[in-house]
Amino acid sequence: MEFIQTLLANQVLVSILLSALPLVFIVLMVLVVLYTEMKVAAHIQDRVAYMRTGWHGVLQPIADMLKLLQKEDIIPTKSDKLLFRTAPFIAFTGTYVAYAVLPFSSIYIGSNINLGAFFLVAAGSFVVIGILMAGWASNNKWSLIGGIRSASQMISYEIPTALAVIIVVMITGSLNLQDVTKFQDGGMGNWIVFGGPLPWMQKLMLMPFTLVTFFILFVASIAEVNRTPFDFPEAESELVQGFNTEYSGMRFAMFYLSEYANLFTVSAVVVSLFLGGWSSPFGTFMSGPLWGIFWFVVKAYMFMLIQIWIRWTLPRLRVDQLMFVSWKVLTPWLFVCILGVGLILVL
Amino acid sequence: MIDLTMLQPPTLPTDYTVKLGHTKTSTGKTIRTEEMIVNMGPQHPSTHGVLRLEIVIDGEIIVDCIPHIGYLHRCFEKHCEQMTNYQQIIPYADRMDYCSAMTNEWAFVLAVERLLKIEVPERVEYIRVIMAELQRIASHLIAVGTYGIDSGAFTPFLYTFIDREKILDLFEMTCGARLLYNYIWIGGLSHDLPPNFIGQAKDFITYFHPRITMLNDLLTYNEIFVKRTANVGVLPKDVAINFAVSGPQLRGSGVNWDLRRDDPYSIYHKLEWQPQIGKGEVGTVGDCWDRHIVRMREMEQSLNIIEQALAALPEGNVKAAIPKRIRPEKDAEIYVRTEASRGELGYYIISDGTTSPFRVKARGPAFVNLSVLPEIVRGGLIADLVLTAGSIDIVLGEVDR
Amino acid sequence: MTAQEIFDILKIRFGDALIEEKLSAAGGSASVGYAMQVWINIAPDKAKEISFFLRDDSAMQFDYLSCLSGVDYNNGTLGIVYHLSSMVHKHKIVLKTFCTKENPHVQSVSDVWGTANWHEREVFDLFGIVIDGHPDLRRILLPDDWEGNPLRKDYKVQEFYHGMKVPY
Repeated sequence: MEFIQTLLANQVLVSILLSALPLVFIVLMVLVVLYTEMKVAAHIQDRVAYMRTGWHGVLQPIADMLKLLQKEDIIPTKSDKLLFRTAPFIAFTGTYVAYAVLPFSSIYIGSNINLGAFFLVAAGSFVVIGILMAGWASNNKWSLIGGIRSASQMISYEIPTALAVIIVVMITGSLNLQDVTKFQDGGMGNWIVFGGPLPWMQKLMLMPFTLVTFFILFVASIAEVNRTPFDFPEAESELVQGFNTEYSGMRFAMFYLSEYANLFTVSAVVVSLFLGGWSSPFGTFMSGPLWGIFWFVVKAYMFMLIQIWIRWTLPRLRVDQLMFVSWKVLTPWLFVCILGVGLILVL
Repeated sequence: MIDLTMLQPPTLPTDYTVKLGHTKTSTGKTIRTEEMIVNMGPQHPSTHGVLRLEIVIDGEIIVDCIPHIGYLHRCFEKHCEQMTNYQQIIPYADRMDYCSAMTNEWAFVLAVERLLKIEVPERVEYIRVIMAELQRIASHLIAVGTYGIDSGAFTPFLYTFIDREKILDLFEMTCGARLLYNYIWIGGLSHDLPPNFIGQAKDFITYFHPRITMLNDLLTYNEIFVKRTANVGVLPKDVAINFAVSGPQLRGSGVNWDLRRDDPYSIYHKLEWQPQIGKGEVGTVGDCWDRHIVRMREMEQSLNIIEQALAALPEGNVKAAIPKRIRPEKDAEIYVRTEASRGELGYYIISDGTTSPFRVKARGPAFVNLSVLPEIVRGGLIADLVLTAGSIDIVLGEVDR
Repeated sequence: MTAQEIFDILKIRFGDALIEEKLSAAGGSASVGYAMQVWINIAPDKAKEISFFLRDDSAMQFDYLSCLSGVDYNNGTLGIVYHLSSMVHKHKIVLKTFCTKENPHVQSVSDVWGTANWHEREVFDLFGIVIDGHPDLRRILLPDDWEGNPLRKDYKVQEFYHGMKVPY
């Protein structure tokens, strides 16, 4: 009896612990990214941001989070209550499930499924359901417009993302993200962005295509996390706060958390598809399971920094221009890349 | 005890009826569609205050736009009639366009001075010009910065505020106030310039020239910004004149009209400067980008004016001899128009021979400029409406008075 | 063109529509330079016709309506003052039109100058002058259910507005 109990307890405990690891990671990462974003933004804008809570304000994200937790949870009288309540959690779930297939290290991946890359694309579009629900349920016209915008934007930018993933899959021959990362192991030269670990001729020919694909995936990833210049669903100066206008307190925090968690996800996708994931840029130097986590997070973090930098520099596009960029610029270029990569690989 | 239900704003009779339509879906089913009426404001972040725009949208396309103003109505004109003397009105005039208080009080003071036929000393005119042009730069900086926010770029806003702080420091040094000055008085100024003003103002000029270039690089010539503002909210020349639009908005439409030159007052005719007009460099003449670039270039012109005025600043008294009690003759009336930061600011004053005016009408540029908004936003997207309204650069204190 | 010349041309064309003129002040000059102190009085029901003429006539071309203000003269008369200027000829003129408090009706000029639209709404709002032929005559600065016209000299503020005490 006791034996069964411990076994059960252990199994449940172990799986809970394993699946909760990303959650802990998300919370910590969001705190760090929040702090980084505020500080980077401030220094871009010639100011210093918060300085008083702790050394250079390092405790401020925690204080912000505590404040959000204490806020009153306001639910508008005429809203669709069920949808309104569940929307933030659905949005967050969409982000969270994506962490299941992120290869943090050679030994840690939530679920080493063979359809990892495909799963990521699918999970990414799951978030939009939450946003659409929030926009619809708020019974606020601005929120509704925000939700609808979000849906159209996600649909448009899923396509460049998926096409970019296809190109990587063509080169590596696997949808399993762990395999994709292992394929690129062994130093910077083996990264797919530089043509992958292929013979020299092929590599040189592939390089222009992979570089373009990498850039396009990066642009599409900014659009997918709804950040400037693609921050339409919540375009502050146009739609007040877009889909989360009516949210407050914990539910708003969920959207916030989801947004920043998503920021990490897309960066991680770019990193594991194109920049070798957890593999060390210096071959065997500083490589290993623990170093893997380090490299993975650092690389993803670099991307987040670039996204923050872009956000605080550029103005916003217009809705029709957003569609134009997606359908008439990125998608045709990706078709060209697919053709090119395919031909090179066949030759 | 206030009945809270009574505090709900009354539903305003808008004569617009929502048009119903039908659309066929791909499966051949017919669905009903209708236009949506949305309230933009008074608490919307990009209406620059408490402007309320009732917009009718079809999807995201603006079908109609009805501005509702008056949320900031402070009975300026009634107040003026109730004051016991003319000097008391100057602080109220400050509060009309609070982003550009110097030009406001100057316009009012100029009207009273002309009503009394007072000539002010040369030094006063020079100092007034310096102050007004500094104020114009400060006001345009707000316009440009908030326009950046409207277009989604937050950073230029803070850059412009850093520069504006320096101008406000100059004002504070001169008269003690940073926003509402009460500096220009009837027949002169409240104080003479402090001794180190000229040096600091010159420092500011040398500091600010490169900042304009930087702002242009960051915002004006940004590819996305140009894409957003070119060919948006086009205000044709004839419409602009018909709606008596003035200031940068009028010049943005390609009309070469500046009251500092065309209806001269003070010493502007002695100085070298050029009115800037929109030329449609990236799109059509009179689009949002043109209005923006006119403001950017006007700042440079203002710097020129300040530089010359500082160099030519004569010595002398800063107060003219004026009667102790200001009492214009009976039935005297005057309309004086000046070029404030946002355009033609006119004061129409009727005197009845007492120490307080019989009627004061303030013709605010923002009020008139805003009235053209519905004409130029139809057919655009919501994002265009935000940018068009931003390019008009309204200050609700002046619109609602 | 001076105010006298403008007045003469208008007199020939419109005759009785021009009631009086005050051209004596400041030498009667309405050219560029000093303030506008000379004015022409026109009949309130001919305002639109005269305005169209002033705008379209090639010698006049008053294309810019600077300001349109209502006035309560505190003797039973209300008035509207039009400050016109021409961007082409750079001359100015002031038109005035009067009506009684009992029958406050003035013709709209918003067809002539688009800017008059809001100015006339303001005059309607604050003076209670009914602008005939205005496309959208609603209150503009005050709430739609406000009582009275505040800029009239005999205005008494209402006691309560939606249960809130108004005089402070």
